[in-house]
Amino acid sequence: MSEKPATVKCLVWDLDNTLWQGTLLEDDQVTLPDAVRELIVTLDSRGILQSVSSKNDYDLAWAKLEALGLAEYFVLPQIGWGPKSNSVRTIAERLKFAHGTIAFIDDQPAERAEVTFHLPDVRCYPADQLLTLAELPEFSPETVTVDSRRRRQMYQAGFEREAEQAAFSGPDEDFLRSLKLEMSIERATGEQLSRVEELTLRTSQMNATGVHYSDATLRGLLADPGHEVLVTTMADRFGPHGAVGVMLLATGADVWHLKLLATSCRVVSFGAGAAILNWLIDEAAQAGAHLVADFRRTDRNRMMEIAYRFAGFTAEPCACVAGLAEPGAPDIERLHLVPERRDPHPTLQLTAPALAADHLAARA
Amino acid sequence: MSDQPTTAPVTAESIEQALLSFLEERTKTAVPPTQDLFASGLVSSMFAMELVVHLEQHYEVAIVGADLKLDNFRTVRQMTELVLRLRDASAAVGGA
Ligand SMILES: [Zn+2]
Repeated sequence: MSEKPATVKCLVWDLDNTLWQGTLLEDDQVTLPDAVRELIVTLDSRGILQSVSSKNDYDLAWAKLEALGLAEYFVLPQIGWGPKSNSVRTIAERLKFAHGTIAFIDDQPAERAEVTFHLPDVRCYPADQLLTLAELPEFSPETVTVDSRRRRQMYQAGFEREAEQAAFSGPDEDFLRSLKLEMSIERATGEQLSRVEELTLRTSQMNATGVHYSDATLRGLLADPGHEVLVTTMADRFGPHGAVGVMLLATGADVWHLKLLATSCRVVSFGAGAAILNWLIDEAAQAGAHLVADFRRTDRNRMMEIAYRFAGFTAEPCACVAGLAEPGAPDIERLHLVPERRDPHPTLQLTAPALAADHLAARA
Repeated sequence: MSDQPTTAPVTAESIEQALLSFLEERTKTAVPPTQDLFASGLVSSMFAMELVVHLEQHYEVAIVGADLKLDNFRTVRQMTELVLRLRDASAAVGGA
């Protein structure tokens, strides 16, 4: 009858008589049912973030969550005396999640009504529905990958990183260097492509071509000797960023054709796109091949155009472009570069396959 | 500092001054107008994009195509020249 409801990306918990039984400020002892602990761990492993909105004394309530061994499972806890709709709104804003992807669970009908009144898109659940939550389709994402299992840690690392950046005074590059960024570019496997697909589903991307390549198309090219499908992952001293980018490159003898370059918006501020291009240009220079990149202007990929242009790509014509198959759409531009060797990126540690050497060897 | 279009007369001196204070505020370092911001590591590739957007909004110009190249953004002086050239070009065709 109806479609599968949108997956919940964050569940916001009330504490007294919802998460635990009892009222912290009145009862000597509150108790945590085993089933609640299991639910929290289960949702966490599915990549659903969890937060808290509770009218309580912050220090007492947080100390109790720590004593119960649950504190680490919650991001952006809102414990205080303000309206719960404010807490839920704050959580959604900080996570950059739409209200329709937030759920709220509370034993008090008045609290649920208050949240619904101000935030009609937030889905509210009564506490007595708690034990069936894990069975509901909206709490059962279709794909669960390495990255979804680590999602909460990635967000927690992100908040620490933001706090440090706000406190940092000095040039951009010094801050980036202090993060000890690591980037790893690898030839894709099936498992990695699932992570990439999850990335494209969950986050808006900087897609340079504006052309979508399906998971099946990319999978079909994994074993093709004329194509490289490359996946980029990143980490820094706060923790992993997970899979953050994907590239599809056709490797001819004289020209390397970048058909797809997409990176997650989460890592744009670390210069991920520029770092990937820097590496690719250096490899193409070693292979003695020109570089051509497909680019279709959309209202959200200006950053990618600037990354290409600042890396030296231009729209000037070259004979190598004529040998390529026609673009799949009339509004796809082809940006071109005659590559020269590049210095390694100044602010990140890169591990990547020896693309040029491999292709020269294959041709020898 | 806002990104509202400026109403004061736009001269090389005013652009240079405004850019120097923008950079100083943003990088927390005072920079001479001819310093290569990219070579000295003051500007990351992310900040480069912020610069493009800042110039466009503040001076009501569109920086597109071949003008979008690193050499136009290396120093405060080069950015000033770019803005003046684009403003002159749009004035010459009677555009606003
Ligand atoms: Zn060429």
